[in-house]
Amino acid sequence: MLELFQYAFMQKAFITGIVIAIACSLLGVFLVLRRYALMGDGIAHIAFGGVATGLLFNLTPFLGALLFSLVGSLGILKIKEKTNLYGDSAIGIVSHAGLGIGIFILSVANGFNVDILSYLFGSILAIRQSEMILSIILAIIVIGVIYLFYNELFSMTFDENSSKTFGIKTSLLNTLLILLTALTIVSSMRVVGLMLASSLIILPASSALQLKLSFRNTLIASVGIAVLSVVLGLCLAYWFDFAVSGTIVLLNAVFFLFIQIVKMSFRLYSGVLSVSNND
Amino acid sequence: MDSLVDIRNLSFHFGSTTVLSNISFSINKGDFVGLIGPNGSGKTTLIKLLLGLYKIQKGIIRINGKEISHFSDWGTIGYVPQKVTNFSDTFPATVQEIVLTGCLSNKKFPRRYTSEDRKTTLDALKKVEMQGFLNRRIGELSGGQQQRVFIARALVTRPDLLILDEPTTGVDQVTQNKFYDMLGALNKEGISIVLVSHDLGRITRHVTKVASLNKKLDFYGTHEEFCSHPDHDADHHCLTIKHGSDCKEPHCAKESPRC
Repeated sequence: MLELFQYAFMQKAFITGIVIAIACSLLGVFLVLRRYALMGDGIAHIAFGGVATGLLFNLTPFLGALLFSLVGSLGILKIKEKTNLYGDSAIGIVSHAGLGIGIFILSVANGFNVDILSYLFGSILAIRQSEMILSIILAIIVIGVIYLFYNELFSMTFDENSSKTFGIKTSLLNTLLILLTALTIVSSMRVVGLMLASSLIILPASSALQLKLSFRNTLIASVGIAVLSVVLGLCLAYWFDFAVSGTIVLLNAVFFLFIQIVKMSFRLYSGVLSVSNND
Repeated sequence: MDSLVDIRNLSFHFGSTTVLSNISFSINKGDFVGLIGPNGSGKTTLIKLLLGLYKIQKGIIRINGKEISHFSDWGTIGYVPQKVTNFSDTFPATVQEIVLTGCLSNKKFPRRYTSEDRKTTLDALKKVEMQGFLNRRIGELSGGQQQRVFIARALVTRPDLLILDEPTTGVDQVTQNKFYDMLGALNKEGISIVLVSHDLGRITRHVTKVASLNKKLDFYGTHEEFCSHPDHDADHHCLTIKHGSDCKEPHCAKESPRC
């Protein structure tokens, strides 16, 4: 049963998955609290256009996704800044343009040798050494930047206006946060796929936020939930021959539901307790 | 008197709309200024210009003798906003985590907290009588307690000037009175205060100056001067002065049974 840890492809999957889970879940807390939760989804759509463009021009799809995501995420910020549109509309415009590019290229290229579905739905078990290294480097950049700017990011997430009076360059940090999201999405492309990439950003953070902890402990809980879902997801997928990305995301949803049920049970129990005390 | 803030011929526009027109006044060390005016009178814009959040279009603001465009010692200015940007009761942060952020204004990259910061955080919380709430989540506190925490965040750098933008919005009257008494005590300790308020009545006991704004500066002087002005006779801000300590008017701040 535990032989899975001896296989090189499983070891690569565990290492890549855990590092990416840490990056996604850390960033997720900031994005969810800043109401940018769907930014990851939008950037994933843009990255799809990048993957298709990369394949069309015989570039590595990773590079195409990275370029498109970085430029697209800056585009979202610019559209929001220069027009009267709300943030979600700006995300919608750029992400659908990216998706449109991807579908258009797929149709004119008449198919590719590379399995495009592996980018859409992930294939962590088939991840190449170079992809693993690139994913880990990107994830470590994300984790490092969050560590360096942790106090500023926390302050800005809590109260942007006051943070400006503390001398924090909030517009610069906002741009940084969006670029980090782009890096995170691209790094998790092979783990859970572009379709589910933002789930590792939104779900662990949302589950951790239900626990009503301090900010630091919320980050720790978010990381814990994400890592657990990746490790358990990989094991379950290996043992029962499930799709890895789907299993990881489903586990995250189960954790969220589990926390809700425990919270409701606690509320019910304390309600019953207070009624019986009053009697 | 030492001038802490000097504002000269300040004007500000949003597009073609004039928000502030030719404002000039000075805030001295030790002043407690009540900044009053109706909605849209430019109070918040003036505060944001004072905090360097808006670029000056016309006129000059000097803080401690330095033009605001060259001013960098933002730790000497504490700010308590009317509304905290992303704050909701579910925000995952403790009182300590929030108050510590006030220390960031004195730091350069990489901005890391020291044990001294943790000590000053506790001192600031003691000043607002919230030291027992250090590890409580901000969302678990009442509106009045939350405002005290935000004041502690502004006090943590030991500022010379504390600017508060309608800090008691949504806070009950008893808590408001306690809150203003606390501001009065801070002012007596030597901190200059600018308080934006709709209702000067409740803070009458503490303010030393009144600035009445309505795009232009209608009045700037002591509270007594403000109320002795014939135009302000019927103004509820002046009821305390007009009616004395037995005032039964709803806005009066004196210690009569109904006020």
